[in-house]
Amino acid sequence: MSDLAIEREIDRTKMSVSDEVAIQITGMNKWYGQFHVLRDINLTVNRGERIVIAGPSGSGKSTMIRCLNALEEHQEGQIIVDGTELTSDLKNIDKIRSEVGMCFQHFNLFPHLTILENCTLAPIWVRKMPKKEAEDLAMHFLEKVKIPDQANKYPGMLSGGQQQRVAIARSLCMKPRIMLFDEPTSALDPEMIKEVLDTMIELAEEGMTMLCVTHEMGFARQVANRVIFMADGQIVEQNEPEEFFNNPQSDRTKQFLSQILGH
Amino acid sequence: MTDQTTNSIAFVADGNIPQSPPPARETGVVKWMRENLFSSWANSLLTIVAGLVIYMVLSGALPWMWNGVWTTSSLSECREVLAGEVGGCFSVLSERWNQLLFGFQYPQDQYWRPTLAFVLLFIAGAPVLFFDLPRKMLAFTAVYPFLAFYLIWGGTIMAPIVAFLGMGAAAFVFQTYGKGSFALGFFGAIVAAFAVWIIGGALIPEGASETAMLQAVPSRDLGGFMLNLMLGVTCVSLSVPLGIALALGRQSDMPLIKWICIIFIEFVRGVPLITLLFVASVMLSYFFPPDSTVDLFLRVVIMITMFSAAYIAEVIRGGLAALPKGQYEAADSLGLDYPQAMRLIILPQALKISIPGIVNVAVGLFKDTTLVSVISMFDLVGMIRGPILASTEWAGVYWELLGAAAILFFIVCYGISQYSQWLERRLATDHR
Amino acid sequence: MSTLTDPPKDSFRLSMLINDTRYRSLTFQALAFLALALSFMYLGNNLIANLRAAGLNINFGFLTDTAGYDISQKLVEYSNQDSHSRAAFVGLLNTILVAVLACVTATVFGVIAGVLRLSNNWLVSKLMAFYVEIFRNIPVLIWIIIIFTIMTAVMPAPRAFRGDNATATMVFDAFAFTNRGIYTPLPWFANGIFESQALNWLLVLVVACGSWFAARRVNVWATAKQEATGERPNTLPMLLGIWLAPFLILMLIMGLTWEYPALKGFNFQGGIKIGGPLIALWFALSIYTGAFIAENVRAGIQAVSKGQTEAAAALGLRPSKVMNLVVLPQALRIIIPPLISQYLNITKNSSLAIAVGYADITATLGGITLNQTGRAIECVLLLMAFYLTASLLISLVMNVYNASVKLKER
Repeated sequence: MSDLAIEREIDRTKMSVSDEVAIQITGMNKWYGQFHVLRDINLTVNRGERIVIAGPSGSGKSTMIRCLNALEEHQEGQIIVDGTELTSDLKNIDKIRSEVGMCFQHFNLFPHLTILENCTLAPIWVRKMPKKEAEDLAMHFLEKVKIPDQANKYPGMLSGGQQQRVAIARSLCMKPRIMLFDEPTSALDPEMIKEVLDTMIELAEEGMTMLCVTHEMGFARQVANRVIFMADGQIVEQNEPEEFFNNPQSDRTKQFLSQILGH
Repeated sequence: MTDQTTNSIAFVADGNIPQSPPPARETGVVKWMRENLFSSWANSLLTIVAGLVIYMVLSGALPWMWNGVWTTSSLSECREVLAGEVGGCFSVLSERWNQLLFGFQYPQDQYWRPTLAFVLLFIAGAPVLFFDLPRKMLAFTAVYPFLAFYLIWGGTIMAPIVAFLGMGAAAFVFQTYGKGSFALGFFGAIVAAFAVWIIGGALIPEGASETAMLQAVPSRDLGGFMLNLMLGVTCVSLSVPLGIALALGRQSDMPLIKWICIIFIEFVRGVPLITLLFVASVMLSYFFPPDSTVDLFLRVVIMITMFSAAYIAEVIRGGLAALPKGQYEAADSLGLDYPQAMRLIILPQALKISIPGIVNVAVGLFKDTTLVSVISMFDLVGMIRGPILASTEWAGVYWELLGAAAILFFIVCYGISQYSQWLERRLATDHR
Repeated sequence: MSTLTDPPKDSFRLSMLINDTRYRSLTFQALAFLALALSFMYLGNNLIANLRAAGLNINFGFLTDTAGYDISQKLVEYSNQDSHSRAAFVGLLNTILVAVLACVTATVFGVIAGVLRLSNNWLVSKLMAFYVEIFRNIPVLIWIIIIFTIMTAVMPAPRAFRGDNATATMVFDAFAFTNRGIYTPLPWFANGIFESQALNWLLVLVVACGSWFAARRVNVWATAKQEATGERPNTLPMLLGIWLAPFLILMLIMGLTWEYPALKGFNFQGGIKIGGPLIALWFALSIYTGAFIAENVRAGIQAVSKGQTEAAAALGLRPSKVMNLVVLPQALRIIIPPLISQYLNITKNSSLAIAVGYADITATLGGITLNQTGRAIECVLLLMAFYLTASLLISLVMNVYNASVKLKER
């Protein structure tokens, strides 16, 4: 993977990490049938952190962040998001999901709705927002991701990069306090990766708490404040990006980095 | 960096956490039942209802089958044996089995002939259905129709031989001239076939059928499940080439040919099969030359073939449409003319995609062959509703007979549809 | 300036008919037309010769002749003194009746079975898979005969309901299941607004249409309210009122009375009689086609990718909203076109009525009328014309629907 894509100066004035805990995972374990996918995960994320999660495929990165908004259920351990413990209680799940935004590898826009309708769906039905207000909000975020002129088109008419930016805007319309990104650029052509990363950087510059599963190491180096390396369902190593890339400690991390950075 | 938290976040795992088994409540029968049967109160209710339904069906059917009687010669005898207990009278099956399979007029000492034809059908069909088999087996497939015709109808062996020679001559002419010009080869082949048939037909001596090795059996004596199978196999195999022609015609740039095909296809698909069978039974003979007699079996085959050809044409049209446009362009750019492009590039691929669809049409058609009982042909359903239920011995034995018919059809249709699904999976993974 | 010469003009040569792309297709079409015309002439000649030999002609005059046969299941007045065309009309209505009934119930069966097959209840989903496989792989004619046999051979005869030691009893004293058919109570109006019961029922229909429009107004109002304030008002009590109140009031005014079937002599009198053949055809078509619809429903729901549900759930939508707002709108686009072709199949398969003696158009026009008059060609042509018209109408509906919901891409 490349170090490319980020050319401009990154404004770090608002990228501060507070002491307030946003996500607390303690002793989480998850099994698919007999297969132990997540093993004793312990992780504390403070508000304002930008965390990049890396690791070989099948290491459980996606599964872990999907557990954070109950798209997957965990069998052992505790997950507390924004002070709410994630249990099978539907009220808690609803509360957490409306606080946590998520972007998927394949965008998952709703093909039967226009871009604008994609963005206003959740504010109207979950936040009970008047339509006009929801549309203004949606247009605000569509302008932010720089595609307000596409508002009345359907997802099928947009390029991949545009679709992913719409997906980000759609999540932002719920005013989430935490954003999860599940390989947001993996399904994109190289020239479109940049536009999506730019959008993500802007988000980071505004102080959003972010957890990104990604292979974009340039993004990790310059935007993240912490890189987590996972393998075989466990967190093998975590560190500040500089340290992580320049001075990896464990053998598995070294091996992974040598493969992914191509030296 | 300004934004680091004060406490260090560096962390390295001590070692590998071993794979451990899930907690006990997450495994085993209990967990499986909780997840799959009783995950919510609605689900539990469904499970109980489904269980009750299954219990009711089985508690009714099992004793009936278990106590069944297989060896009596009439319903009244059967009732005596059962002496008031619940039980099926399956003796109707053992006694009338041959009638169910072959109809009530096929000569009894000749049953081996259709049976042999049926067994050979598998050998003939195998290379068509399974691409991995050696292509040489197709030679037998080519001979099979004539062989099966001879076995089932009997009579003089000259008739199928002449028919085969005619087809052979056609194939030869097409091979020789078809490479140069498709039209020349095609029409030459037709002329050659007819020439052989007319000359050969004249050479067959009058009354050859009476002295033939295999006793001649007229079409009206065919019946039972054999009739369903024969109609199904014959009509599907005849309708594939016709369906290809119709599908190509419907895609043609020539408006006249296109519209002829569209009108034919939509007309046939718009009317029920039964009206076409009416045409076969009461109307079609008006369209043949006044002094000719075309037997009902042939008339029914003509109509059912037209019927299934229209449906197969639509399936193949789907296959043609599914091919990437590049294939057509590539064929054109290689300088192939239309017949060559179709024969060498387009059709082999389109047909392969269409096979599952064609098989589905075949299953539907095979089920529809029961409709011939409405125009008083004695197929399996016709045999049951006609001669068997009308006989004094077996009047009133409904469930055993209808059940047997249902099972026979289920075995064949389910088998074919499983084949189709297997093929679909295989085509999906194949690098076409 | 050099002199421009005209491009060389090809003089027309005969070989161009085959080799020139401009003429080639014309040549082929001319040949095809010739072949078609010749074969039609040949068939037409044969037809004329055969008809002359049999002393027949093509003439639809027989339609006005007296039919002379009775039809037990009829929606309009008919007696054996009416004409063949009247009999055909009775049959046509019967075809429409059984087709509409079967379409409704087949959809219900199919949707329930298709949804249950996707349920995470192992037993139920296996049971539904079994239902689908069993019914798809056995000819519908056999199912019709099986259910007809249940109706005629298993159900008790009306006389079994008689006397002190009756072996059969009516269900709720209102429904009688006999081997002659099922008898149900007949609703009628004791002091209707109009003289004729049919007009009264028409009034009920008009009121129902009114309710429907009012209900739509309520939905529009609720949507407007939601758009303005964000909260969607609970419309359920209002909708219940709109549907029920006018209906109940009308029933009360017109004095709705139930005429119960009762055993008189050897048979039941009064109420509605649904004949065994109709039940057999209706039920068999529904349950057979239901199996196919179940597969369509399952395929349609499965075609909406898991990502769609996950994205909707991640936005905080509740499962019921995910279903209504995201999955169903997409699934319906996939389900409805094959559903409409299944309706077409039901209409065509209803012609199997002739196997159990239900007087649909195939059994009247193509069966008894044909046999009595010997007018094979005329009867079969009329029959085909009817089914063709029905098919074309249904296809038209399907095409309009497809055009209206096509997903917009590029």
